[in-house]
Amino acid sequence: MADVKDTGVLDAAELPAETTPVEMPNDRGVTSERAVELDYNEHLKSKSGPRSMVLNMGPQHPSTHGVLRLLLELDGEEILKAAPDIGYLHTGIEKEFEQKTYQQGVTLTDRIDYLAPLSNNLAYCLAAEKLLGLEIPELAQWTRVMLAEFTRLNSHLVWLGTHAIDIGAMSVFLYCFREREEILRVFEMFSGQRMMTSYFRIGGLALPHPRGWQKRVKDFVDIFPSRVDEYEELLTTNRIWTGRTKGVGYISLEDMLDLGVTGPMLRAAGLKIDVRKDAPYSSYEKFDFEVPTRTENDVFARYQLRIEEMRQSCKIIKQALEGMPSGSHQADAPGIVLPEREKMKTQMEALIYHFKIVSEGFRVPEGEVYSAIESPRGEVGCYMVSDGTQKPYRVHWRGPSFGNLQSIPTLIEGTLIADVIAALGSMDFVLGDTDR
Amino acid sequence: MIPENLLDNPVVAALKDLATAAKLEFDELTVEIAPGSIVEALRRVKKDLQFERLTSVTGVDRYPAEPRFEIVYHLQAIAKKQRLRLKARVASDPCEIESATSVYRSANWYERETFDLFGVRFAGHPDLTRIVMPDDWEGHPLRKDYPVTGTRY
Repeated sequence: MADVKDTGVLDAAELPAETTPVEMPNDRGVTSERAVELDYNEHLKSKSGPRSMVLNMGPQHPSTHGVLRLLLELDGEEILKAAPDIGYLHTGIEKEFEQKTYQQGVTLTDRIDYLAPLSNNLAYCLAAEKLLGLEIPELAQWTRVMLAEFTRLNSHLVWLGTHAIDIGAMSVFLYCFREREEILRVFEMFSGQRMMTSYFRIGGLALPHPRGWQKRVKDFVDIFPSRVDEYEELLTTNRIWTGRTKGVGYISLEDMLDLGVTGPMLRAAGLKIDVRKDAPYSSYEKFDFEVPTRTENDVFARYQLRIEEMRQSCKIIKQALEGMPSGSHQADAPGIVLPEREKMKTQMEALIYHFKIVSEGFRVPEGEVYSAIESPRGEVGCYMVSDGTQKPYRVHWRGPSFGNLQSIPTLIEGTLIADVIAALGSMDFVLGDTDR
Repeated sequence: MIPENLLDNPVVAALKDLATAAKLEFDELTVEIAPGSIVEALRRVKKDLQFERLTSVTGVDRYPAEPRFEIVYHLQAIAKKQRLRLKARVASDPCEIESATSVYRSANWYERETFDLFGVRFAGHPDLTRIVMPDDWEGHPLRKDYPVTGTRY
């Protein structure tokens, strides 16, 4: 039995020093010369000698929240090298934008970051409205703020629940989804959809406010702060939770800035940065809220930060509820926003506009804009290039998850494998946002 | 061409010898840089003008015009609350520009994505491989001459 090797241990010395590029035949059996050869064995080359092994975590691992694949090189429990592999959820949304009219594109944005659809709607609409020079009525702006904050709560609740499950606290998930259900009901009330809402349209909102929305929102903001206390009771002083999260997942602020990290990760490292405050959009400047920061820069700090963000979001929703201005839910822009149903039955122009908008869309002046908003995960940027036609010439989606995921190797190399789960969870990425 | 009213702008002034054009539209500053000096321009805006963060790198295909590709860099100065867009035009042959990874590490994945979807090569990139498309994919989907209908088989 002496010559039987332990298959779990790879001996670096036995690997060929130089891997020759492999000609990859495609599905039709045609061999094509690829532009750049992927060195599949590169990950197997060990830094520390024959003790290391390679572990393929994902794309189906539950803690990768979707389809992230991580190649980990381990020395026992310690991570020597990490290589994230993304693209499993690539659906070509950026290409699809170019085939849709501007208004149709809104529906695609829901599906990019599927836990924060309204934030994405907002970034897209703001970009198109900037190109069009549209003035959005106050009511629509305030509703956008309110629902964007509901989206933040929705996303943070899903994050908290699943992050807690990853670390081993099952019950938190049930509490979080109880409140999330209420939020989804609010979305359904406003837009008719629970998740893929497409409620913000270029020029305002898709529909006027539903009857009785105030009561539902009020019931929510009245009860929600006490529910946040409940989550905190379950976790903040829980010894298992603090043991798994405190001092775990440190990454220096300089590294994060250089790697393009945005959002709560930066704020948990003490940098007070929030697009809502730095470059207010959609009348955020009229709301009174704090940008919470922490300085510990670990998983626990990110947890506390998001808890505090939930309280702040609730505060914003309350202000929006109490001060909701009156007026129209859409801009006064015939030819861009659809006319009222009643007018279409009596006015010729309204009927013509309706037909033209629906059949061919509207023209957007030539130009390029970048609109940034603060999504639950960080900065969402929509770079839109128009060539003066009814369809965008190019839309680039700067998703926060894509930027944040780049920091994974720096974040987890040198830590233990159990901490990888906690560190990844604290990043709060959505693979739909990463791969688009 | 740089319009005269922008010459006082500190960003434009710092990049004057590298810039070929500049414009201020929708309150957004765009400076077009000669493709050979893009890394030098990025180094300057990072070191001298405190644009700490490279928010994204992407491309725009102007097919059939030449130079065909615009490589667009979005930058952010966090303390000064400023944003900046740098742009460099790349011809279809040779379809190559110097990589920004030596200045901003965040350029890594964005350049891989641009290479993957547009086929623009970034010289000096540490790992220029496809990132969202399968490794054996043929063609670059975001090019304007890439078909959107039809079957592959």
